[in-house]
Amino acid sequence: MHPTLLLLASSRPTLPDVLVFAASAAVILVGALGVVTSRNPVHAALSLVMTLFGVAVLFIEQEADFLAAVQIIVYAGAIVVLFLFVIMFLGVDRREEIEVDSLVGQRPLAFILIGLTLVGVVVMAATAHWVTGAHQVVGPIHGHITSSPTSPYGEPAQLGKQLFTTYLFAFEATAALLVIAVVGAVVLARRPPMPQDAPPEESATELSS
Amino acid sequence: MSLAGGWYLGLAAILFSIGAIGLLVRRNVLIMFMCIELMLNAANLTFVTFARMLNDIGGQVLVFFVLVVAAAEVVVGLGIVVAIFRRRSTTVADDMNSLKG
Repeated sequence: MHPTLLLLASSRPTLPDVLVFAASAAVILVGALGVVTSRNPVHAALSLVMTLFGVAVLFIEQEADFLAAVQIIVYAGAIVVLFLFVIMFLGVDRREEIEVDSLVGQRPLAFILIGLTLVGVVVMAATAHWVTGAHQVVGPIHGHITSSPTSPYGEPAQLGKQLFTTYLFAFEATAALLVIAVVGAVVLARRPPMPQDAPPEESATELSS
Repeated sequence: MSLAGGWYLGLAAILFSIGAIGLLVRRNVLIMFMCIELMLNAANLTFVTFARMLNDIGGQVLVFFVLVVAAAEVVVGLGIVVAIFRRRSTTVADDMNSLKG
């Protein structure tokens, strides 16, 4: 099929699909606007959770059930909790003045440039004919992972198979990345040692408490 | 059968734009990080949409890697925010101007 036709082809969506998409789109956009406009960082974090749930629903709608679960566990369960933890830890959960435009003219310029980019992307997607659209380069979303009909079937099985065969090197690299991130976070968040004004016994009790 | 992919791609483009505007407009470093998460989510939505349209699992595998990179980025970024807050008692990007000439 022609790529542009693929992009715009109406595949006779049913009414529940349209309703699910409309509801999740509304949830996503309201949450995203909440992140950008709320003055309190805690409210922004909660709006972010809203957006993440909406995106997870759209993942399920597009046959990516496993990724939806991972999205909720990793994003809503870990990343947003980390955000909230840091907000509470630093005590910056108070209202912030967002009316002041500290860099004169930067705000309208941001809206104009991003608006131009958005329009450009949409126009390009609607008119371009150079989307290659090669089908199934890596593998199908659903299907047996071996030729045997008793092998695991479905999208998580395919995901795992590709993750540990085609993308094995990248997978190992993410392991290294996570270790580096953990070490970096510990080093950054460590209290800097002050040898001249902190007697050794005090730092020892601080360590044990 | 769910909606045509163009709808999802348009939604992802709008979500990315909102995140980019927030990143440019807001001055609180924590909010700027959240806007980066919005942009990463828009990219993830695009990946999953193309994975469905082309029936290719590779897009979903890439979402997996984007999730890992986002987690690592947030951990290191928030570590930097905590370290800066200890020294300067602020999370506003405009107040971090020690290098200003």
